[in-house]
Amino acid sequence: MSAENPIFLNNKDQPLTSARRWNSERLWKFLVVTLLCVIAFFMLLPFLWLISSSLKLEQRVFLFPPQWIPDPIRWANYLEALTYKPFFLYLRNTMIIVIINEIAIISSSSICGYALARIPFPGRNFWFGVVVVVMMIPYFVLMVPTFIMLSRIGWVNTYLPLTVPYFFGGGAFNVFLFRQFFRTIPTDLSDAARIDGCGEFDIYRRIIMPLSKPAIIVVAIFTFLNTWNSFIEPLLYINNPNMFTVALGLANFRGDPTAYIQWNLLMAASTTMTIPVILIFFAGQRYFIQGVVMSGIKA
Amino acid sequence: MAGIETTITSLRSKRFIHLTLSKRRALVGLLFFMPFILGVLIWEVLPGGVAVWLTFQDWNLISPPKFVGLKNIINLFHDPLLLQSLKVTGVFTLFAVPLQLIISLILAMLLNIKVKGLSFFRTAYYLPTIVPAVANAILWAWILNTEFGLLNVGVHAIGLPKIAWLQDPDWALPALILMSLWSLGNPMIIFLAGLQGIPEVLYEAAMIDGAGRWAKFWNVTLPILSPVIFFNVITGFINTFQTFSAGYLITQGGPQNATLFLALYQYRVGFLNLKMGYAAAIAWVMLLTTFVLAMVIFFYLGRRVYYEDIT
Repeated sequence: MSAENPIFLNNKDQPLTSARRWNSERLWKFLVVTLLCVIAFFMLLPFLWLISSSLKLEQRVFLFPPQWIPDPIRWANYLEALTYKPFFLYLRNTMIIVIINEIAIISSSSICGYALARIPFPGRNFWFGVVVVVMMIPYFVLMVPTFIMLSRIGWVNTYLPLTVPYFFGGGAFNVFLFRQFFRTIPTDLSDAARIDGCGEFDIYRRIIMPLSKPAIIVVAIFTFLNTWNSFIEPLLYINNPNMFTVALGLANFRGDPTAYIQWNLLMAASTTMTIPVILIFFAGQRYFIQGVVMSGIKA
Repeated sequence: MAGIETTITSLRSKRFIHLTLSKRRALVGLLFFMPFILGVLIWEVLPGGVAVWLTFQDWNLISPPKFVGLKNIINLFHDPLLLQSLKVTGVFTLFAVPLQLIISLILAMLLNIKVKGLSFFRTAYYLPTIVPAVANAILWAWILNTEFGLLNVGVHAIGLPKIAWLQDPDWALPALILMSLWSLGNPMIIFLAGLQGIPEVLYEAAMIDGAGRWAKFWNVTLPILSPVIFFNVITGFINTFQTFSAGYLITQGGPQNATLFLALYQYRVGFLNLKMGYAAAIAWVMLLTTFVLAMVIFFYLGRRVYYEDIT
């Protein structure tokens, strides 16, 4: 990719001799930056609204036109919101599920992806097709029968429905992601190791996995986000308030049959739930973007 | 499946040690992949079987299930709420998906122009996408609030009367479509990667042929980008067709069922009305509609996709 984009800029072969052309290019870039800024403003406005509302006194929330910079700034909203419901308990619950799922998904989907990418076994193409099809099956199609199965064996109000399925392949999407990544690693290394008498599991563990840090980080980030954000599954399987996840607790906070909604506290709680996700995003942005791209473009 | 059987028989024949190296490797591959195979059997095939059985039962989870034959399926055809939920989901998908695609493509094209501060803009446009669904729904419930919401601040600022976004049946669905346009990060990033993969020679060649910006867009950008567009249409369609939390958390399906999405209706039938058999029947409707519409997209769009290896 060169520095200039051919869609919008003049060709390099035609030197920008005339002042008019130079100006038109500058004007074009100026317009583009202005447009980018306007869009960024609208994209970020809801965040400002969220944070601003979360710091207001309760009666100041109900002003029209609104007060953008809260006066006074009330940090106590956060303390109240987080103690109104036992959010630290919810946080602990969510982290338990996150840790189990990280282990389950990274180990299970990478080993399945490894087989799919690097070991020719009978029916491999068929199973790759299955991976793609499973990725596209809507969750809601099997929601009711799965619930019935798991309630029969007493899994309601346990974390088993939210974790155990991930030990079985770790989700088609992650298998797909690992498979795509492993295919880009040259086979020479594993061939050499094989000649030296290295078994497949050792090749996977000692050669391929250490080379696959970007893919592992991507899957780890996706797993964290999905578990943290997951709503419908905890909603179905967890009724005990002491076992709620953060997402479920927040939804429950909103749904409380109180006289009216305390928007400032609700915004404070929503901000708190969003902050970890944004931190993770900034920490792993490069890998994250790569992962989204890898999911969409054939490797 | 034949593969598993042959490997099992070869295991049983106790001649494993005598297997050739490649056969042994194939066996190892199958073993490594076994978690996924078991997963498909336990979490896809088995519930699928239960769903088939359930479709012919009347069951509220408390009293024992009762076989009712085709009653649940017949009921599907006399259910105004099902029709309403199909309509809501259909209209939502029909507007949200194309709008998402067009806007995310425009954003990606803007981000593909080399100007200062690109990484800031990219992050700013992506950020809304990672907001957790529950927090997102709560935030938008407040943005769409009639009296004090952000959207009506804007509406008021341009001199229009406030709109009861979530109380007016005509405005509730458009409000949720608007909300869905805030989270365009994924298609945008995928478009951007696609745009960056277009070789410049093609544009140069087009320019020699006298193509302007518009002609280049139609004759170079779109055809080369078509596999990516196709991917985004399919994933956008599947995700949008399953919209649940917005309806569940913001509008509870209302007002007057104006936001009763199919997934939400199925959830209600199953877990509030406790009609498991009928919920399973609705799930089939969902699978069938998704499948048929995906096929329509595949045939109408798939054959227009331009696949040629460009190096």
